[in-house]
Amino acid sequence: MTAPRERGLRERERLLFEVSSPGRRGIDLPPSEYPDAGTGGIDGRHLRAEIDGFPELSEFDVVRHFTRLSRWNYAIDLGLYPLGSCTMKYNPRFNENAARIEGFACSHPLAAEEDAQGTLALIHELERMLAEITGMRAVSLQPPAGASGEQTGVMMMRSLLADRGERRSIVLIPDSAHGTNPASARLCGFGVETVPSGANGRLDVDALRTRLGPDVAGLMLTNPNTLGIFEDRIAEICAWVHEAGGLVYMDGANMNALVGVHRAGDAGVDVMHLNLHKTFSTPHGGGGPGAGAVAVAAALEPYLPVPRVVHENGRYRWQEDRPRSVGRVATFHGHFGMMVRAYAYILALGAPGLRRNTELAVLNSRYLRRRLSDTMSPAYSTPSLHEVVFSDRHLDGTGVTTIDVAKRLMDYGFHAPTVYFPLVVKGAIMIEPTESEGKHELDLFVAAVEAIQREVREEPERVRSSPHTTPIGRLDEAAAARRPVLRWRREEE
Amino acid sequence: MVPESLYYTKDHEWVRLEGGEGVVGITAHAQQELGDIVFVELPEVGRALAGGDEFGTVESVKAVAEVYAPLGGEVVAINQELVESPERCATINSDPYGQGWLIRLRLSAPAEVSGLMTAAQYAQYLAEAKH
Amino acid sequence: MRFHTNSDADVAELLRTVEAPDLGSLFDSIPSGLRLGRDLAIDGPLSELELDRRLRRLAESNRHAGRLPSFLGAGAYHHYIPAIIDHLVLRGEFLTSYTPYQAEFSQGTLQAIFEFQTLICQLTEMEVANASLYDGATALGEAVLMANRVTGRKRVLLSAAIHPHYRAVVRTLVRHVGLEVQEVPRAADGRSDLAELERLLGDDVACVAVQSPNFFGCVEAWSDAVERTQRHGALFVGVVAEGVSLGLLAGPGRFGADLVVGEGQSFGLPVQFGGPYVGLMASRERYLRQLPGRLVGEARDAEGRRGYVLTLSTREQHIRRERATSNICTNQGLCALVATIYLAVVGRQGLRAIARRNLDASAYARRRLSEVAGCSLAFTAPTFNEFVLRLPGPAEAYRRWIGEQGVIAGLPLGRYEPGLEDAMLICATELTRRDDIDRLAAAIETGAQRGVR
Repeated sequence: MTAPRERGLRERERLLFEVSSPGRRGIDLPPSEYPDAGTGGIDGRHLRAEIDGFPELSEFDVVRHFTRLSRWNYAIDLGLYPLGSCTMKYNPRFNENAARIEGFACSHPLAAEEDAQGTLALIHELERMLAEITGMRAVSLQPPAGASGEQTGVMMMRSLLADRGERRSIVLIPDSAHGTNPASARLCGFGVETVPSGANGRLDVDALRTRLGPDVAGLMLTNPNTLGIFEDRIAEICAWVHEAGGLVYMDGANMNALVGVHRAGDAGVDVMHLNLHKTFSTPHGGGGPGAGAVAVAAALEPYLPVPRVVHENGRYRWQEDRPRSVGRVATFHGHFGMMVRAYAYILALGAPGLRRNTELAVLNSRYLRRRLSDTMSPAYSTPSLHEVVFSDRHLDGTGVTTIDVAKRLMDYGFHAPTVYFPLVVKGAIMIEPTESEGKHELDLFVAAVEAIQREVREEPERVRSSPHTTPIGRLDEAAAARRPVLRWRREEE
Repeated sequence: MVPESLYYTKDHEWVRLEGGEGVVGITAHAQQELGDIVFVELPEVGRALAGGDEFGTVESVKAVAEVYAPLGGEVVAINQELVESPERCATINSDPYGQGWLIRLRLSAPAEVSGLMTAAQYAQYLAEAKH
Repeated sequence: MRFHTNSDADVAELLRTVEAPDLGSLFDSIPSGLRLGRDLAIDGPLSELELDRRLRRLAESNRHAGRLPSFLGAGAYHHYIPAIIDHLVLRGEFLTSYTPYQAEFSQGTLQAIFEFQTLICQLTEMEVANASLYDGATALGEAVLMANRVTGRKRVLLSAAIHPHYRAVVRTLVRHVGLEVQEVPRAADGRSDLAELERLLGDDVACVAVQSPNFFGCVEAWSDAVERTQRHGALFVGVVAEGVSLGLLAGPGRFGADLVVGEGQSFGLPVQFGGPYVGLMASRERYLRQLPGRLVGEARDAEGRRGYVLTLSTREQHIRRERATSNICTNQGLCALVATIYLAVVGRQGLRAIARRNLDASAYARRRLSEVAGCSLAFTAPTFNEFVLRLPGPAEAYRRWIGEQGVIAGLPLGRYEPGLEDAMLICATELTRRDDIDRLAAAIETGAQRGVR
C-alpha cells in the first residue's frame, strides 16, 4: 500500500546563530521614563560588555525559523502515537485558553492569600477531584513531574517508617517496572531488589511473599502493569505488604485504564503519583512540562509537601505549620499552569465522560491487540487493558529488528510504539492507542504494520535501512556519543 | 567461535593468561548485546582488585554495562587509547579479543582461573542462555 | 463527549471485532470486588461555554499584575512577553509532540533544544548546558547531588542569601543521601559573608553555592567566592534566579564556576502562580557525564545531513535505572522552547536593553522609596532589579494597606527571617511605570501618617 501521508514541503533550516546578522533586532522598548543609572554601583568586573555569540534577528526571522522547524516534527495533532504508557491523547485546546486567562497567568506565587483566592480554590478543588478519582485521602500538586511525585511519595514512606522507629532499607520493584522507580528509590536512600513477573505477566506473588520481611520498606508497582495487565491480586498484595510492616506505592502512569472503574485507594495502596500529562490530557510539549501529583492514604497525609491549601471559614489559605511534612519539592507550588488544564479537562468530561474515556481507551487497545495478533504475537496471553505488549518473535530469523520496524513505520506516517520496554520482553513493542483515536486511524496503523511485515519477508534490506522518506535519515548516534557536540560555536572557536 | 586459549566469566568477560599477568576484555557476545561502544571507564593503574570486583563500565548508545575482574590482581596497564579517543572504542566491537582489550592485571592468585569457564564451557553457556 | 472520535456505531463494530458483548465486559480482568460500583463524585460534564464561565469566575477573584501595578519578584518576575511566543508554541507540531526519542520525526524539537543549550552556554559563559530541568530550586538540588558524585565529598555550603525556597528544596532532596548542608551567613551589606565562607570551607566540602543577584537583590562578588572555593578543591555553583540579569551581568563561567544553575522563567514564561518554569543547568565540559537531564547533540545521517539527537542517554533513568544520575525524565520541553524563542527575538541588543531598563527602573525606585520618611535601604550592596526596603512599620500590615490603595506591594520578609519584620523585597522591571513607583511611595507615606501596623 502507499503511505497514507503525502511527503511534505520541508525547508532545510539553519541554526539561529547561522541565520543571525549583525544589527538586526526583534523587539523595541518604549522610551525610558527613568534616568540612566549607569553601572548602578556594580563593580565593573561583574558587568559584561555584550553577550558573545548571541543571535541578532528580526521578528520575522524568528517567526520563520520556528515555523519551519515545527514542520519537521510529528505530533499527536497529526496522527497516532501508539506509545505505550505515554497516553498520547488529544490535548483539548480549551485547556490552553484556560491556562492563559489573565487572572491565572499573572497570578504571582507569593501573592497575598487574599489576592489569590481563585487560584487557591482551583488547587484545592483539583486536589479533591484527584483524591476522589484515586480513592485516596489527600493529594498534593506540588511535584513538578511524575518522577518528582514518585520521589516525593517514596520520601514520605521513608519518613513514616522512620517515625515508627523502623529501619527498613529495601524497596521491592517488579522486573517490568519503569526506570524511574528504582532511580527514585535510590535517591531516597533505599536499596532496590527485583521481584520477578510470573509466566502470566503478573507479579509473582509467591516470590513477593517469600521476600517480604522486616527489612522491606515496601513495594513499588504499576497497575495495570507495564504489560497492560491488571494485577488482580492487588488487594491481597497490599494486605501482605502491610502485614509485613511495609507500604505499597503505586506508579499511576497507567491510570488511563482505571479512571471511573477502579480506585487504587480502595485496594489498599498507601501512596501513588499521577501524571497530569498522561491521563489528564495536558500536552507533552516535545518533552515537557509535565506535572505530577502525589496522592496518599490517611497515615501519610501529615507527610505531604508543604505548604498545603486549606479551606477555613469560607476562605482559602496556605498552611505552613506541618511538622511531619517531607518539605518542599519545587520552587513554588508546582505547575499551576498544568493544573488549570487538568481541572478544565476533568470538568469538561465529568464522571460519565471520564468513565467513557476509560472504556474507549481499553476498547481501542483490545481492538489493536486483536487485529495486530495476525502479524505479531502478544507477549502474554493474559488479557490486557489500555495497552498491549508484543514480542519480536515474528522477526526471528529475518535479520530485521524491532528498531528497524519502528523506523519503517515513520515512512508510513506513524510514530513508532514504545520499543525495548518493558525489559522483561525481548524486543518489546508496547502499544497504547488511547480513547482519542477513531477506528479509521487504527485501521490505517494495522495496515501499515501488516505491509511492513510483508516487506520484512520480501525486502528486508528496505526495512533495515529505513526510514527513507523522513526529512532526515537514521542518525549516527554512536558517533554523536563518542564526540559530543552539544552547542553551536563560531567557526574560528 | 570463542578463542580457545582464553577463560571466561558468566558476565561475559574474558582473560588471557600471559605469565603472571592477565589481560581482560569483554566477549564478542557482550559487544553485540551492547551495540556500538561509545565510552569506557577504566580504573587507575595501581588499583588492587579482587576476583569479582567491578573495575569499570563499558557504555554504548543504549546501555551501560559494569565490567568485573575475572581474577584478583593489581592493575598494571589500561588501554589508554580507548579512554583518550572514544572513537577507538569501536575496536571493542570489531576486535574484542585483541585491540579491544581493557586492562592488564598482575595476578595475585593465578590458580583462581580454575573457577572460570573454558572456551567450550562458555560456548555451552551461551547456547543454553538462548533458550 | 467532544474529545474522542469513535461514534456509537464505531464502538459497536469494535466490540464485535473483539468479541465483547459490551464495554463493561472489557474490565473482566478486574475482580468485581475491586470495581467502583458508582459514579465518581465530581462536577461536570460541562460544555466549553460553561467551562469558560466557571474558570473566568474563579480567575476574576484574583488580584494580579495584569490589572494592578505589582512590585513582587522574589524568584518569579513580571516581564513583557513578546506576542510571537504563543503563536509559535501553540502550533500543534510543538505543543502536541512527544519527547524526541525518534529523532527522524522530531528535528524541530531537537534543533530548538540544541539552540537553547547554546544560548544558555552563551549567557552563563559555560561550556555545556543541558536541555533544562524543572525549575531553579530543583536544578540547585541536582547540582548539589552532582557535586557529591564528582568529588565524593559530603558537606555542602549554601549561601544564606540564596532564595529560601531553593535552600528548602535542596534540604528535601539531599536528606536521604547522607549529605550535610550548612549555610554561609549573610554579611551586613546584604551579600554572602566571604570571611565566614573561608572559615567553613574544608577538604570535605563538595560544593559552595552562591546566588547573584541574591534573594535580597544584591549583586554578589562571583570572582572572590569562586577563588576561595576552588582552592579547597570544592566545586563552585553559581545560582541565577533572575535570568534577565545576565543581559548586563557577566556569567559565572567567566570567573571559573564549575556549575551554573538557575531559573529561566524570566525568558517569556508568565508567572502562572509558580509554574511551569524552566530550570537551567550548565557545566564545565569535564563534568559532562555527570550531568543530569537530557542532552541534545549534533549528528549526521548516512548522507552526511546534519541533524540533532538525544545523546548520552545512558546517564538517564530509562537506561541506568538505579545508577542514573537523576530520576528526571523530562526537560520542560515547551518551556525551554518559549525561552529559546524569547532569547532569539530579544537577541543580543534586546536582552541588554531590557536588563538596562530593569536596572534603571529599580534604581529610580530605590532612591524614590528610600527617601520616603521612615524608610531606608536594608542593605548597601549594589542591586539589579530588586532591593530590600525598611518600612516605618510591619511590612505585612503595609502590604495590606498598599493593596487597599490599588497596588500590589513587594514581599514582606518577616516570615523568612527574624529581624526583617519591617522589611519588604521590592522588584521593578521594564513593566514598571514611573507613576506606579510614585503611587507606591505615596501609599507608604499615607500609611506612615496613619501609623499602619
